[in-house]
Amino acid sequence: MAENGFETQIRTIGLNLFYGAAHVLKDITFDIGRKTVTAFIGPSGCGKSSYLRCLNRMNDFIPSAKVAGTIEIDGEDILSPSTDVIALRRRVGMVFQKPNPFPMSIYENVAYGPRLNGVKSRSALDDIVESSLRGAALWDEVKSKLGRPGTGLSGGQQQRLCIARAIATQPDVLLMDEPTSALDPMSTARVEELIRDLKVDYTVVIVTHNMQQAARISDYTAFFLLGDLVEYDRTARMFTSPSDKRTEDYISGRFG
Amino acid sequence: MKKKKSRSVDAGFGGVGDRAALRIVSSVSAVGILLMLFILGFLVANGLPVLREASLSGILLGFDWYPTEDPPALGMLPLIAGTLSATLLSSLISLPVAFGLAVFTAEIAPKYMRNALKVMLELLGFLPSIVLGFLGMMVIAPWMQEAFGVASGLNLLNASMLLGFLVVPVVASLSEEALSAVPQELRDASYALGATRWETVIKVVVPHAMGGMLSASLLGVMRALGETMVVLMAAGGAAIIPRSLADPIRPLTSTIAAEMGETAVGSVHYHALFFAGLLLLVITLLINLISMYVEKRGQRT
Amino acid sequence: MNRTLMRKSANSFMTLIFWTCGLLLAAVLVFVIAYLFKQGWSVLSIEFLTQPPSEGMTAGGILTPLVGTVELVFVSMLIALPVGVATGLYFAEYSNDGILARLLRISIRLLAGVPSVIFGLFGLSLFVVFMNFGSCLLSAGLTLGCLSLPLIVTASEQAFLAVPQDYRDASFALGATKWQTIVKVVFPSAASTIITGAILSIGRVAGETAPIMFTGAAYFAPELAKSVFSQVMALPYHIYVLATASTDIEAVRPIQYGAILVLIAIVLGTSAVGVVIRARLASKGGR
Repeated sequence: MAENGFETQIRTIGLNLFYGAAHVLKDITFDIGRKTVTAFIGPSGCGKSSYLRCLNRMNDFIPSAKVAGTIEIDGEDILSPSTDVIALRRRVGMVFQKPNPFPMSIYENVAYGPRLNGVKSRSALDDIVESSLRGAALWDEVKSKLGRPGTGLSGGQQQRLCIARAIATQPDVLLMDEPTSALDPMSTARVEELIRDLKVDYTVVIVTHNMQQAARISDYTAFFLLGDLVEYDRTARMFTSPSDKRTEDYISGRFG
Repeated sequence: MKKKKSRSVDAGFGGVGDRAALRIVSSVSAVGILLMLFILGFLVANGLPVLREASLSGILLGFDWYPTEDPPALGMLPLIAGTLSATLLSSLISLPVAFGLAVFTAEIAPKYMRNALKVMLELLGFLPSIVLGFLGMMVIAPWMQEAFGVASGLNLLNASMLLGFLVVPVVASLSEEALSAVPQELRDASYALGATRWETVIKVVVPHAMGGMLSASLLGVMRALGETMVVLMAAGGAAIIPRSLADPIRPLTSTIAAEMGETAVGSVHYHALFFAGLLLLVITLLINLISMYVEKRGQRT
Repeated sequence: MNRTLMRKSANSFMTLIFWTCGLLLAAVLVFVIAYLFKQGWSVLSIEFLTQPPSEGMTAGGILTPLVGTVELVFVSMLIALPVGVATGLYFAEYSNDGILARLLRISIRLLAGVPSVIFGLFGLSLFVVFMNFGSCLLSAGLTLGCLSLPLIVTASEQAFLAVPQDYRDASFALGATKWQTIVKVVFPSAASTIITGAILSIGRVAGETAPIMFTGAAYFAPELAKSVFSQVMALPYHIYVLATASTDIEAVRPIQYGAILVLIAIVLGTSAVGVVIRARLASKGGR
């Protein structure tokens, strides 16, 4: 997909994913561009989240999962057995559907990742915590109560805390699995605004069941149906003139 | 309330640190298996030598227990009879009470009472057996002598009643859990057909919880079987086969506790007491295994 | 119509029976506690707790057995906690239902049913005789530690399983290894539940008599234990001794009941604290 300014960061070639006997992802091949926001849409259970979890090897935790094919991030095949999975997860961050801050202070939540990476000095951690919280548009609200437990924040704030926590390790890619589906409309709007800012520094891949959200915030959209990648295109183009009939049916609400 | 794990636990390893951690944790955990094996091993090692002095049938079926005489009489039948009679009688007394309490707590008591009852049951289960033994010896025995004119208040009945106090909390708590676990839909269906509460409990709820209640009973029986201090202090201590409720008994447990203090290490008496312990252990393990099996069977339906 | 009436009255009858039995039992309990109090009340005082027994244990207090019980509990937890928590951790985080895990589960379950006097025999043959520690605090404490192992294992495993999977997911997604996740996230989350389990075990262990009778409990010790290799007096064993071997029945009686009340206070007190903390944690849990 050669377009102006599109630089491939994540290249997926012939990806097949099985959960036991179920063929969850069928021969997926496409490229995700650097510093773009790519949205995955499609009916529930069609492989969107499963693909996301391939990108940071979280599928390793499911005993029946089997992966075949290639995914290259910045030229490195991350599915190979010799990949350093721990290092991968520091380069590819993840935000989950349900906000899950640790039962620790706000500061400690954000500092968790950097501490794992070996950052020890208090001043360095202070800087990272502040810049991450700023990057998640949460700093002004919590800067005076960094010692308070992360679980004491409101839902929307918790999710932004999780975003701050994820970007504290300075990843290249940020994966977001339906990040606003558990939030109220106001918080959703704030997080969406945040995502638009995040793409300046990170490549964002976001799974969403909300098509309007995909249309609002993403540059590219991929439509998954029953494990197949049906269509992948610039968001503007896909939503106004989709190439595949199935895409058109889904977008116009005929199913899903 | 155990949660079932659905994640693989092998993934997520980050290298040397994780492997070392796994090795250390599993090695330390293995102590559990070793402990069980060692207990069996030491009891066997210290108990079997008694078979040099007496035959197996002589021990298990012999009527006379005079281990300090020369030559020692090692007939454990009265001890075994003591254990069995105390366990049987206490179970007969306590199991209906425990089931009744469980049914009351789970089905009849109003909600505010339920938690209070469960807590009380649990705390009752923590009561040290020495306290019950003391009460049996100091309070119940004299009362029995006065009220019923028996020769001694330290006897089978006394001990069994007190054992009941130990058995009831265990059986009642577990049975209550089993009853509470019966799905509400079943009760609703029964009520919808016009059954009274008592009928629903007896015909629907209890049968469904039967597996759990059975397993709970076995655990209660195990508790009575293995109890030492209560029988040591309240059962009288005569190594005879009881013919009436007012007869004193000497179960295996109190025999060991009472006599071990004065026994020379390595003597025949020493080995005999370990053999008694081995008997007790084997019986207890068997009942435990049966109870595990019953539980598994119940879970499958 | 007649049949329905019969069924309804049967229902009311059974309900009445249940309520009566329940109240009767409650009454018995109250009576017993009141009786204990009446008998032992006169002795309870600060001196009782801080004075050792004197004059052949017909006078004085219970300091030595009290301290002995504390020491025994301490030694037992020293061994039971690390092993028990590690085993609970193994079950919750590492085991994959392989042969080790299954054998281990069965062993722990069997251990939970072993009579306490058998633990006494085991302690005698292993610690006192085979390892030549002799009858002392160490032997008795280790024996009690073995006895409380199944309790700690069960409590730890439940504590670890109760930590939401979300936390682990988030930690892994940030690039933590399994061990880092356990140390930094799972363990701190489970710690309070484990402590509650430990408190409940302490309550149980403090009241045990049979396992210490021939592994370290002393009939009488003139002074507090000098090292782990000295014998110790213990509260439950002291009660037993007072009941079965005392010379002056009248003088000893209030001491006996006083000692019982103290033991009940310790055992039920720690257990009640444990139960209350557990209930608080349960209601606080969940996001």
